Amino acid sequence: MSQEKLELFEVFIRSRRGLDHKHVGSLHAQDHEQALEYARDCYTRRSEGVSIWVVRSRDICASQEEDSESFFDPSDDKPYRLATYYKLPDPVDNM
Amino acid sequence: MKTSADEQELERRFQQRIEDEQKIEPKDWMPAAYRKNLIRQISQHAHSEVIGMQPEGNFLTRAPSLRRKAVLLSKIQDEAGHGLYLYSAAETLGTPRSELIAALQAGEAKYASIFNYPTQTWGDVGAIGWLVDGAAIVNQISLQRTSYGPYARGMVRICKEESFHQRQGYEIMIALAHGSAEQREMAQDSLNRFYWPALMMFGPHDRESAHSARSMQWKIKRETNDDLRQKFIDQTVPQIAFLGLEHPDSGIRWNEERQHYDHGEIDWNEFYAVINGNGHCNRQRMEHHIRAHEEGAWVRDAIAAHREKRGGRKQQVA
Amino acid sequence: MNDDDSKQATLAYALRLGDDSLVLGQRISEWVSNAPFLEEDIACGNVALDYIGRARLYYGYAAELAADGRDEDDFAYLRSAREFRNYLIYELPRGDFAFTQVRQLLVDLFNTGYLAALAGSRDATLAAIAAKAIKETRYHLRRSREWVLRLGDGTGESHRRTQKALDDLWGYTHELFEPDALELRLAAAGTGVDTAALKPEWKRALAAVLNEATLSLPADDWAVRGGRTGYHTENLGHLLTQLQSIHRAYPGCRW
Repeated sequence: MSQEKLELFEVFIRSRRGLDHKHVGSLHAQDHEQALEYARDCYTRRSEGVSIWVVRSRDICASQEEDSESFFDPSDDKPYRLATYYKLPDPVDNM
Repeated sequence: MKTSADEQELERRFQQRIEDEQKIEPKDWMPAAYRKNLIRQISQHAHSEVIGMQPEGNFLTRAPSLRRKAVLLSKIQDEAGHGLYLYSAAETLGTPRSELIAALQAGEAKYASIFNYPTQTWGDVGAIGWLVDGAAIVNQISLQRTSYGPYARGMVRICKEESFHQRQGYEIMIALAHGSAEQREMAQDSLNRFYWPALMMFGPHDRESAHSARSMQWKIKRETNDDLRQKFIDQTVPQIAFLGLEHPDSGIRWNEERQHYDHGEIDWNEFYAVINGNGHCNRQRMEHHIRAHEEGAWVRDAIAAHREKRGGRKQQVA
Repeated sequence: MNDDDSKQATLAYALRLGDDSLVLGQRISEWVSNAPFLEEDIACGNVALDYIGRARLYYGYAAELAADGRDEDDFAYLRSAREFRNYLIYELPRGDFAFTQVRQLLVDLFNTGYLAALAGSRDATLAAIAAKAIKETRYHLRRSREWVLRLGDGTGESHRRTQKALDDLWGYTHELFEPDALELRLAAAGTGVDTAALKPEWKRALAAVLNEATLSLPADDWAVRGGRTGYHTENLGHLLTQLQSIHRAYPGCRW
């Protein structure tokens, strides 16, 4: 029997103006146009969004867990990039 | 090529992550059995949502008021949506949806046996929303903390949307229970027929559940069948009382010591009989699903052909 | 026309639009759990919900005008097939997916023009309903147009089915553009829409889609009419029997 031959798309939705697009899930569609429409129908039935991005799942390049040590651990010893690293006197600490 | 020592180390780190209440994400290493177990559970959950459209869909064209029709339509549509979220989660484990659906249609994958019961009256639509969705929500709230990230996130989204499903069902029951004598009778009859099957939705007792122990260890399941069922039984007692209907379980008694209701035993023979093909609708549900799928074959083919043609034309232009 | 006449005319008009919406919404809802794949179950559900919602708005307005205690459900559930005034094209069975999408294209194009005109109605309620509905219809049209393109220019089978759907539906499109005395009167009063004026643009837009979809415009050699006078096909009786069965089996009950 004929199986579905649609492509897999990932869906990102901006829930309100001023917020980032957030990944919400995936769906199947023929192309970007149809994916946008289905994203509207499937993921914004309760007015969850003001803007939608769709991207082919196969176009996403993801970091691998095996790489995570070399990717992310080097940041662990750079606490000076965080605001909390700097102790300021109380009167000016709300900087 | 990974050695078995590597495997053991990976498995240790995997289990540690689970102990630490960290989520497992799609690209993480995971034991093959964990992956398989998840695909089984998530796809079964997805199939249940999709097959679950049918019993209520049976009343879609007959809903007795326009408001009820709109509510029922949006509820059934949500179920399709929830099926979609769950297939999405299952696909992150590397199995395409078409394979999952093929497994369902071949009878290799299951769906919740509750949907093999027929809907005979409008009261059944109320009882399904109230009791069947109610039981499902108890389970799904617990699954929001499941160890696999995409499944947990899907559950959060589904729980948020499902809160209206149970309420609309109970609202139907209130209207019936406060309605004419015939309507009250309809409400009681639906409660009687759907109460016990709803309890069966939590699955066999823990001591007899095939997948429970390992699922708990992997934190795929967070609470046992019996604990979840008790929660549902406890929350349903006052709801039945409020409707002024008779509780279908004559053995229901508050146990002060346990701080829970004691209850009569479920008819497990019926449970297994329905699972094994003796429900009123087992064959009908599957035939419906396969027929719709087959009738859609030429549409799916047309999409593929159109995409190819258009792709060809785009290249010519370029 | 005096105030009371005008009220009665607007009431009849609102009922027609309510009937159109309800009957088509009922038909589209039949796709839920029967669509070619899951995304379409959801999308068809949305379109059906839009139409059911529209029916409630039109019937709600009719109830307000009637002011005799009847509500939206009395209009939907307690009138017979002879009293329904929907266009015939809406009551035809859902058919295959090509039939459904071609019907949608035909009526979405029609409603795009219709609702745009009605949004300028001197009747504030009808104008407000139309202003809401046209947003929905523009989205419906986007869907039906793309589906007809895909199916028309897809496989040999999909092309054949789509052309056949178009041929089978064509004879039911004519009455859309033949306003009766009531509609002309309301159009003249600035309340209703003269649908005859919508035909050229409808046909032009339709021809453009069909051309791109490699489909041909059927010949105008047959026409079936009667929806606006209650002269229906046999399909409506069955549709209403189902729709009204529970409501009528328990008279006077609340749900």
